Amino acid sequence: MNHPAIDMSGVGKTYRFFSLENIELKLPRGEIMGLIGPNGAGKSTTIRILLGLVHQDHGDVRVLGHPMPAGQVAAKWDIGFASEDMRLYESQTLGWHMQWMQSIYRNWDSGYAQRLLKRFGLRAEQRLKGISHGQRVKSTLLLVLARKPKLLVLDEPTTGLDPVARHEILRELTDVMRDEGRSVLFSSHNTQDVEQISDRITFIDRGRIIDSMDKELFLDRWRRLRLEAPFGVTLPALPGVIGVRQEGRMAIATTNAFNPGLPHAYEQTGARVQRIENMTLEEIFVANVERSREEVEV
Amino acid sequence: MSGAFAISQSDKRPMYFQIMDQIKQRIAVRDWAEGQPIPSIRQLAADLQVSVITVKRAYLELEREGVIVTHQGKGSHVASTPGLAVRLREQELRQHLEQATRLALQLGIEPRQLEERLREAGDRIAEKETI
Repeated sequence: MNHPAIDMSGVGKTYRFFSLENIELKLPRGEIMGLIGPNGAGKSTTIRILLGLVHQDHGDVRVLGHPMPAGQVAAKWDIGFASEDMRLYESQTLGWHMQWMQSIYRNWDSGYAQRLLKRFGLRAEQRLKGISHGQRVKSTLLLVLARKPKLLVLDEPTTGLDPVARHEILRELTDVMRDEGRSVLFSSHNTQDVEQISDRITFIDRGRIIDSMDKELFLDRWRRLRLEAPFGVTLPALPGVIGVRQEGRMAIATTNAFNPGLPHAYEQTGARVQRIENMTLEEIFVANVERSREEVEV
Repeated sequence: MSGAFAISQSDKRPMYFQIMDQIKQRIAVRDWAEGQPIPSIRQLAADLQVSVITVKRAYLELEREGVIVTHQGKGSHVASTPGLAVRLREQELRQHLEQATRLALQLGIEPRQLEERLREAGDRIAEKETI
C-alpha cells in the first residue's frame, strides 16, 4: 500500500495545436501538490490523463498504484475529482445529490457532510438551479470531500471565489492533511494559495513541466541580491545567477541556486551586498516561465 | 493551543521563520513551559492552514537550535533545558543589538558614541515612565 499517490513518467499527448511532452510527476502520500501554470499550459490535460479521462499517447501513469487508464474503474473509488465543468442536476437539491453520493460510495461520511454544509453556509433543501458561483463550487467540493477519497484532484478550486469562500476551501484542504494517508493535487493560477498550502509545487508552461520541487527548497533557492557595484564596474552573473540588472551602481542579481557562498563571491568582485531578499512564489513563477521560454527560443 | 498563531502575508520573512518566531515567543513568555508537549506537525499545519512541509521545516530548525525535541512517533516537546526562556529573550536582545550596531556602522558612528546613544535611550525610557 506504499505506492505514491501519483506517479507519471515520460507521458506525452499530441493534439493538433498543442502537445504535452515528457511529463514527469510524482506525489508521495500525505502531501499536497500545487500545479501552477498560465492558461492553456496543459494543467487540465495533465489532470485528465491521470484520471484516465484522456488517454496518453505514451508514457506510464499510476495513481494510488493503479495503472491508468487501464485501472480507471478500480481507481475511481479512491479518487475524488472536482472541476468547474462538473455536471450537477440543476432541478435537484444539494440534499438529493448528497443522498445519491451516499448510495454509491461506501466511505461517505454523513456527519462530515453535515458539518461541511454548515461550515460552507450551504442549504441542503436548495435547488442547484440559480445558485451563485461560490455556492456551486462549495457544493461540488462538499460532494467530493465527504467521500473521504485517498486522493483529491481539484481543477482550479479557488478560481472566481471571494476571499471568504477561498479561505473556507483552503481550510478544508489543509484539514484533509491531518490524515497522513491522504493526498491532494490542485491546479491554480493563484500563486498565493499554492504557496500557503502546498508541500510540493510544479510549474507547467506550454505543455512542459519546467520545475517540480519541494516548496521549501523552491523558496530557499530563489533569492534576489541587492548589490552596490564599485564605481564604473558592471557586475557579472556569477554561477547560479540567472540574471543581473544594473543601473548606475545599483544592481539586482536573481538566483535559483542560492547558497551562503554567493554573497561572499559578489563581495570578492568588489560589490557590497545590501540585502538578500526572499521571493514570493509569484515572482519565482514569472521568472521561471520567462527563463524557460528564453531557453526554448535559444 | 495554537489559536493565537497567525501567519502574515505582508511579513516578508518566510512562513517557516514566522512559525519559529511565534513558538519561541510562547516559550520566552512561558506560555509553553520547558518539557511541555507541543502540537504535532500535522495538527499545527491544519490549525494554521499552511502546508505540512512548512511546519516540518520550522520544527527541524528549532530542533537544531535546541529549542524543541522530537521523538519519532511520540511527537515534539519544548526542550527541558533549564533557563531556555531566558536564553530565548537574550537571543532576541542580541539580534536587536547587532542590528543597531550594523546601522550605526553604516552611519559612521563609533562604538563609543553608540554606548552614549544607548545610555540616552535608557534615559528617554525612564523619563517616559515617570510621566
